Amino acid sequence: MNNNKVIQVEGLTKMFGYFTAVNAITFDVEKGEIFGFLGANGAGKTTAMKMLIGISNPNSGKAKVAGFDVFTHAEDIKKNIGYMSQKFALYDDLTVKENITFFGGIYGLSRKRIKEKSAVLIEELELEKVANKLVGSLPLGWKQKLSFSVSLLHDPKIVFLDEPTGGVDPITRRQFWEMIYKAADQGTTVFVTTHYMDEAEYCDRVSIMVNGKIEALDTPKKLKEQFKAETMNDVFLKLARG
Amino acid sequence: MKTILYIVQKEFKQIFRNKGMLPIIFVLPLLQLVILSNAATFEVKHIKFGYIDKDRTSTSRALVEKFNASTYFDVLTNFPSEALASSAMLKGEVDVVLEIPHYFERDLQKEKYNTLGVTINAIDGAAAGVENVYVTQIVQRFNQNLKVELLQVSDQQIQPITIETIPLFWYNETLNYKTFMVPGILVLLVTMITLFLSGMNIVREKEIGTLEQINVTPIKKSQFIIGKLFPFWVIGMGLLTVGLILAKLIFHVPMLGSLPLMYLYTSIYILVILGIGLFISNFTETQQQAMFIAWFFTVIFILMSGLFTPIESMPKWAQLFTEFNPIKYFVEVMRMVMLKGSGFMDILPQLLKTLTYAVIMNGLAVWRYRKTT
Amino acid sequence: MKRFIGFIKKEFYHIFRDRRSLFILFGMPIAQILLFGFAITNEINNVDIAILDHSKDATTKEIINKIASSKYFSIKQMVNREADIASVFKKGQVKAVLNFEKDFSKNLIKEHKATIQIITDATDPNTANTISNYVNAILQKYQKELNKDITMVYQIVPETRMVYNPELKSVYMFVPGVMTIILMLVSAMMTSISITREKELGTMEILLVSPLKPIQVIIGKVFPYIFLSIINAVIIVMLSIFIFKMPVQGSLFLLGLESILFIISALALGILISTISATQQTAMMISLMGLMLPVILLSGFIFPISSMPVPLQVISNIIPAKWFIIIIKGIMLKGVGLQFIWKETLILLGMTVFFMALSVKKYKIRLE
Repeated sequence: MNNNKVIQVEGLTKMFGYFTAVNAITFDVEKGEIFGFLGANGAGKTTAMKMLIGISNPNSGKAKVAGFDVFTHAEDIKKNIGYMSQKFALYDDLTVKENITFFGGIYGLSRKRIKEKSAVLIEELELEKVANKLVGSLPLGWKQKLSFSVSLLHDPKIVFLDEPTGGVDPITRRQFWEMIYKAADQGTTVFVTTHYMDEAEYCDRVSIMVNGKIEALDTPKKLKEQFKAETMNDVFLKLARG
Repeated sequence: MKTILYIVQKEFKQIFRNKGMLPIIFVLPLLQLVILSNAATFEVKHIKFGYIDKDRTSTSRALVEKFNASTYFDVLTNFPSEALASSAMLKGEVDVVLEIPHYFERDLQKEKYNTLGVTINAIDGAAAGVENVYVTQIVQRFNQNLKVELLQVSDQQIQPITIETIPLFWYNETLNYKTFMVPGILVLLVTMITLFLSGMNIVREKEIGTLEQINVTPIKKSQFIIGKLFPFWVIGMGLLTVGLILAKLIFHVPMLGSLPLMYLYTSIYILVILGIGLFISNFTETQQQAMFIAWFFTVIFILMSGLFTPIESMPKWAQLFTEFNPIKYFVEVMRMVMLKGSGFMDILPQLLKTLTYAVIMNGLAVWRYRKTT
Repeated sequence: MKRFIGFIKKEFYHIFRDRRSLFILFGMPIAQILLFGFAITNEINNVDIAILDHSKDATTKEIINKIASSKYFSIKQMVNREADIASVFKKGQVKAVLNFEKDFSKNLIKEHKATIQIITDATDPNTANTISNYVNAILQKYQKELNKDITMVYQIVPETRMVYNPELKSVYMFVPGVMTIILMLVSAMMTSISITREKELGTMEILLVSPLKPIQVIIGKVFPYIFLSIINAVIIVMLSIFIFKMPVQGSLFLLGLESILFIISALALGILISTISATQQTAMMISLMGLMLPVILLSGFIFPISSMPVPLQVISNIIPAKWFIIIIKGIMLKGVGLQFIWKETLILLGMTVFFMALSVKKYKIRLE
């Protein structure tokens, strides 16, 4: 077994009744990698991700995340990962600081550590002025960045991002990716789903899901060569049209 | 333990930050306690009374005067005809109509016996029964006086046998409805607030999406649930405390029993309600569904609690059903301890049943709650 | 208009797709009306009482037998000393204790008079009073039997006729009340929640920027609920007729129209609640906490309004349910037509218009 593989998935399957949402997918993710998990809406990306973060039980297959089995040790996985959902999931009726304190607290960080962390975090995100404002009153871009930082609060080994840049402007998207690179540089593995194909170019490796199956998996460069395409967008279109 | 504190802190912040909700949680219930406790009375007073006097003699006028003097009846009108009286009753202007027949005085003297016509609106059967008793009493008293006036010494009388009854109303000699209703309505308000808040709470996070964020953290189920429910437990106890103070100050409801016992029972009771709320939260996807279910049970629990209508009068199957009604136990205990001074051993059966209920409901709720689906 | 119909269709799909809510919407009122129709009653039946008999002679035995054989009481236990009465009451085992004096028979023969104490647990004053009256009635009948040889003179006997409900059935009183609270709460709660929900999820803005006029949006949202509430009303009326044998003396058509009016006024109240609440939580708490107890207590559903203190009688006038209960009882039990209930109808109509006007005004302010 390769210790550098922080996510190992083999034949993972999820069914909803007779509908197979995720059909026997197999892949590995290495430590420190930025892994792009691509696919059209409804291809099964989010479902697959929910199995990996331990909030949805797979029907069959094998998967290990951060060295723990998703079937038997979901709670151990949760200690080692961060997650940012598609839907903004911080509390609108708490302030920036209160949100940080709350999530720090339930991850078991000490008071002192929470204080230090939130000071650093607020400074980095340049949120000093709004630190005591309700999160609900912030613009979407700020919320997304805050949300990402909160998911990194407990220094997880892997962070899962579900469509993190949905609905934000290009400048914020650029800033967001800078944050992702920074996290990866510090050794955090980043598992990110997106349907912006230009973002796929920023990833170390990408997989493309079509109808519940992984149809392609490689570095963006090699995929473009393989499909004789100029951009990842063309790769995707070729795959999606079958 | 520390994790729980973080959740409790967060919940309290969210509750106190919602300015629209604060008055609903803290002011509305107390306002209702003060106002509505006055409404809940089965006493029958101010009966809308009308009469048709076809006799128009001193005797008939004296009889009407008796009704006029009674505090129960508001004598409204002398109807010239049955038709007008019946129309007034249809309109709801009058509920009791007394008809004094032609030659009432003459026949009474001649035949020493006569009848009166009484018509009562009986839609509210219980009130109608009481109204009938009042009418009969007044007529009987009138009868007695008449006898004394008309009876000649020559009319030899054998003294009839009387069984005298002395009604004694223990714990509430003046039959004051407020001492009866205030504890009951307080129970309802505490129950409703804690049930609705807890029933909505988790399903609300489900709907907003924050629950998923919680579920990917390593927090334990029990920590999360305790942290979520504790604030509502505190609110429930706080509401009870303020309610008891109001009951004492405004309504002078006695507190014969032990206050600590009352609190011991209530602290367990609120756990039952929170467990039910949590259970509802687990089974529903939207706040709307959660509220409908909470509403359904609340209406049933309230109307079958023995608060407004006696449980003994219900059919056997319904009485069996009330065994599962937590409000019933709370109402019983509240009245027993406050008004009768019942002690620990007296309320032990209720206490044990409530405790079992709390364990089962919360056990079910924790068991049903899934971090992973 | 076409667009509007499309919108209404969408709202219907919305509701009918949510099976669980639909089940609740129809199942619960039926369950409630059945449960309450059978179980809620003011009459007393089989009340547990205890006896403290200091004489234990033939007469007391006869009286005890008379009481035991009535359907109102069942004798649960015998008490031996006055001192035991308190503990029996404290455990809540019996509601009353009959205390026969010493030498009961002897006194009756010698002095033509004997005494019984009716000791009731008056923490529930209503039941206590009723028990006291019922025991009295039984004793009076017994007394009459004893005195039957003595002719009474100058006797006036009231002949009472109970109209509209000759058998004094509790059901006649409670079914209209239960129907009213169900329609009121379900309608007001449903609309207030469904509109605030759209506000909270942000879909309301989408609807408001659509070419539909705000008033059309509101009507479109409310329309399916009118439909659902009418079905509910029909079910409840059928249950009361066929299961509880409630008569409908008046016109069924008029009853239908009045019910629709009441439903609309409840829905209008729901819309008004939604305009003043930002979240579903607030809307629900207002419609549940704010409406449930006032509707139960101040509408005349359980407690007679005429016995309440005057300020509360005045307050009860603003409860739409009060007027509807008068109307239903009028039509179903008294068989009256519009000429007897036009006043109540007009008040309900006025309230509806008032709620609607206020909501429209509030919405306009919000939009500007």
